[in-house]
Amino acid sequence: MRVLLAFLLALVAVPASAQTALPPAPWADRQIPDAAQERKAKALMETIRCLTCQSQSIADSGASMAGDMRSQIRERIMAGEQPEAIRSWLISRYGDWVSYEPTAAPILWPLWAAPLLLLGLGLLLLRGRIKRRKTP
Amino acid sequence: MIAETGLAALWLAASLALLQLLLAFAGLKGGKSELLAAVRPAAVAQGLLTATAFALLIILFLRSDMSVLLVATNSHSMKPWLYKFAGTWGNHEGSMLLWVTVMGVAGAAVALFERALQRDAHMATLGGQAAISLGFYAFLLFSSNPFARIAQPPADGQGLNPLLQDPGLAFHPPTLYLGYVGLSVAFSFAIGALLTRQVDAAFARAMRPWVLAAWVLLTLGITAGSYWAYYELGWGGWWFWDPVENASLMPWLAATALLHSVTVLATRDALRAWTIMLAVIAFSMSMVGTFLVRSGILTSVHAFAVDPTRGSFILALLAIYIGGALALFGWRIGSVREGAPFELVSRETMLVVNNLLLSVILGIVLIGTLYPLMTEAFGHKVSVGAPYFDRIAGPIALALMIALAIGPMVRWRRDGAGAVGKRLLVPAVVGLVAVAVLAAFAWGRIGVLPFLGLVIAVAVGAASIAPLWKRNLLRTPLFTWGMVIAHLGCAVSLAGMACDSAFTVEKLVAARPGDTIQTAGWTLRFIQIMPVAGDNWTALQADMRVDRGGTPVLIRPQSRFFASPPTSTSEAALLTRWDGQLYVVLGEEVEGGRWQLRIWWKPFVTLIWLGGVMIALGGALALVGRERRGWLMKWRARRALA
Amino acid sequence: MRKLWIWLPLALFLAFIGLFASGLFQPDDRIIHSRLVGQPLPAFTLPAGASDRPALASASLANGKPRLLNIFASWCVPCAAEAPQLMALKQAGVEIDAIAIRDARPDVDGFLKRYGNPYARIGLDARSAVQMALGSSGVPETFVIDGQGRIAYQHIGDIRADDVPMILDRLRDAQ
Repeated sequence: MRVLLAFLLALVAVPASAQTALPPAPWADRQIPDAAQERKAKALMETIRCLTCQSQSIADSGASMAGDMRSQIRERIMAGEQPEAIRSWLISRYGDWVSYEPTAAPILWPLWAAPLLLLGLGLLLLRGRIKRRKTP
Repeated sequence: MIAETGLAALWLAASLALLQLLLAFAGLKGGKSELLAAVRPAAVAQGLLTATAFALLIILFLRSDMSVLLVATNSHSMKPWLYKFAGTWGNHEGSMLLWVTVMGVAGAAVALFERALQRDAHMATLGGQAAISLGFYAFLLFSSNPFARIAQPPADGQGLNPLLQDPGLAFHPPTLYLGYVGLSVAFSFAIGALLTRQVDAAFARAMRPWVLAAWVLLTLGITAGSYWAYYELGWGGWWFWDPVENASLMPWLAATALLHSVTVLATRDALRAWTIMLAVIAFSMSMVGTFLVRSGILTSVHAFAVDPTRGSFILALLAIYIGGALALFGWRIGSVREGAPFELVSRETMLVVNNLLLSVILGIVLIGTLYPLMTEAFGHKVSVGAPYFDRIAGPIALALMIALAIGPMVRWRRDGAGAVGKRLLVPAVVGLVAVAVLAAFAWGRIGVLPFLGLVIAVAVGAASIAPLWKRNLLRTPLFTWGMVIAHLGCAVSLAGMACDSAFTVEKLVAARPGDTIQTAGWTLRFIQIMPVAGDNWTALQADMRVDRGGTPVLIRPQSRFFASPPTSTSEAALLTRWDGQLYVVLGEEVEGGRWQLRIWWKPFVTLIWLGGVMIALGGALALVGRERRGWLMKWRARRALA
Repeated sequence: MRKLWIWLPLALFLAFIGLFASGLFQPDDRIIHSRLVGQPLPAFTLPAGASDRPALASASLANGKPRLLNIFASWCVPCAAEAPQLMALKQAGVEIDAIAIRDARPDVDGFLKRYGNPYARIGLDARSAVQMALGSSGVPETFVIDGQGRIAYQHIGDIRADDVPMILDRLRDAQ
């Protein structure tokens, strides 16, 4: 959904010229037979940002590079690698940008603190609005 | 001639808006109160003129008048009429014209139908509405003229983005705009109240129906947009936390908070400053959303044609109107006195909790959406997406749902904690049963948030119908029904979201015609793949017979190719059953004559949008209920006089 | 105290306006740079990407002399557009190796026949695996590799004619 006018571009409507003629990588659209591993891989793919698209995870993208990344993630999970290790490997190549899940880098501390700050600010505003104790 | 007439109507409307503003100002501040009589006619005429301009643009699109630049670049003579029609607002200039049209018509409606407001406040409100409209007229006329001609008209036009060639475009943007821009009325009310220093219960009662109407349309628009993206994008997702989606969610969150605080103001004459603030924030969020989408400063899949001069224009409007309103707030609100503090156990307190949680969610969505922009100023690129919003806003939304269950059971002014606890007994027991059932059947298979979501949805569902308990249903006021249905809709929608995230079964296969695929209790027989042709597209269509024990049904997912502009889209096949939806997408051909298929079984996913429609319906019932009560009272008073 | 609260929304709003303005007027930079610039090239071995050129392995890139590593593909239009600049660099004595992304040998052969072949060695990266290991996000891209096999510079997008002197400078700096 997506919306002001939900102008849905780019995703499925990729111009044919920008794509390769090669068939998709073997595990791009094939599930890992072990359901637990597939769940792990899928959860990771949903949080990795597609490099050649506008604003999508590689799980929701038809771009060929996203397919290659899905394939590589599935192969690594099958080889026993942990999702967080794969995420840090990608971040060491592409930076924090590649992960839709914000990391714990210092520049992101305010983002993680935001909900607490907002709640605190709200409670501070409320102070005095509500009676502490019923007067007999 | 049509285009020139349209442009003339737009200029005339802009001049009338200026006149309306000057008349209201001279009448209220200059002491020439006889001028005030002309304000309402000016507002009505202005609304009629913008509506005329918009109707003329629709006619230009329907007639495929390629001598108009906007039609030539966004339409095509071979398109079906529905997309020519909807193409009117499927572009920047047309959608901005829709924006000022809604603003003008809403202003005319306030002039014609608003009776509860005192005269001065009414005139100040209309002056405020004219002042905001003026900025958008200037934007349209100076930088986004929809009626511009081209010297050499092309024969056919460039066509409309195929993803927009969907019946959803005819419904979703206008509804959303009505809601977005409808909030400008609440904004103008707040300005009027600040200028005339009349912030009281009567003001709140006058503003409430306008807020409700905008909120109902906004809810419908977001629900429709979510469903549209769900079936059109072909990834089975219904909310992606994309900046453009967030841009529509933020005004909704503010409007929902406003809806509840305005009730406190109407009933208890308290939360004055806060309600005014929310009315300003709600429309500000509409404008911020428009700015984010049109300026292209955030990367989004819903890319609008991006143009920095447009971005600066909207930014200037933002700075003038919102900055002005907030400055006015700071200057005037000091003289508005707050009422006495609330009892801890009271409806007022629950509504304050509602406002607190909604505002925190709004803050999180705003900060999360803009954070990448902030870090980029320090040369650091980050992404904030679904994992952050789900994890942070999710639990707060669940807390909000619990407050929603308790709120309606607590009396105004003062209630006993014990009495409220007793009333909560039944929903609590229902919730515990849900915990037991879910733990028995799905323990370890589903995540914590979906688990909590389902339990809370069930308990809140039970709690939300409690206000009807032991009441004569026929004599229950319509607005109580509205609240019950809207709250139940929240529970229904939450249940759908939790079911989708907990129980969806995904299957990716490469299959060739003749193959049989089994998934989630369904059997899909892939019969054949055939080319088909539509009005302005050709497609490869897979015929599949699907069943789960009963009569097989034929479904036909397609992969479509559009010639103008050259693009391809996939048309998912959706099969709706009472307990969920089967969602099949036809992908590319892979080696060996096999086709890539994506198949999802999504249990109870439709509840998400059913809930959205219920929320909107609840709002509509509350609106009609309150208004009808007002008419009845007036009618009785008149009869008593006679 | 209340006075302060009242003006807080306006202050916050002005901060947002400042943020929006800076976002609007700062040059649009959607490019994702590799984090590996300044670090050693990751180890890889690729099969030959063209019939008449040897295959490519990371070990052979650290041979004491700075060189270019061009990421291209036969299906990529800007890659054809930058071919003359690569030829010019080759004329200037620069050694250029290449990795063909998501490609097939016959297609690469055809592409090189048509647009010229400035490459010493070509590796075939059929599943973009080495591209990801390099932190490259598209085609074409060109890495300047110094004599010790470290990535000295990453050029994103096609090399235009006026980029050539800059690339030569980068190569000289990488000595």
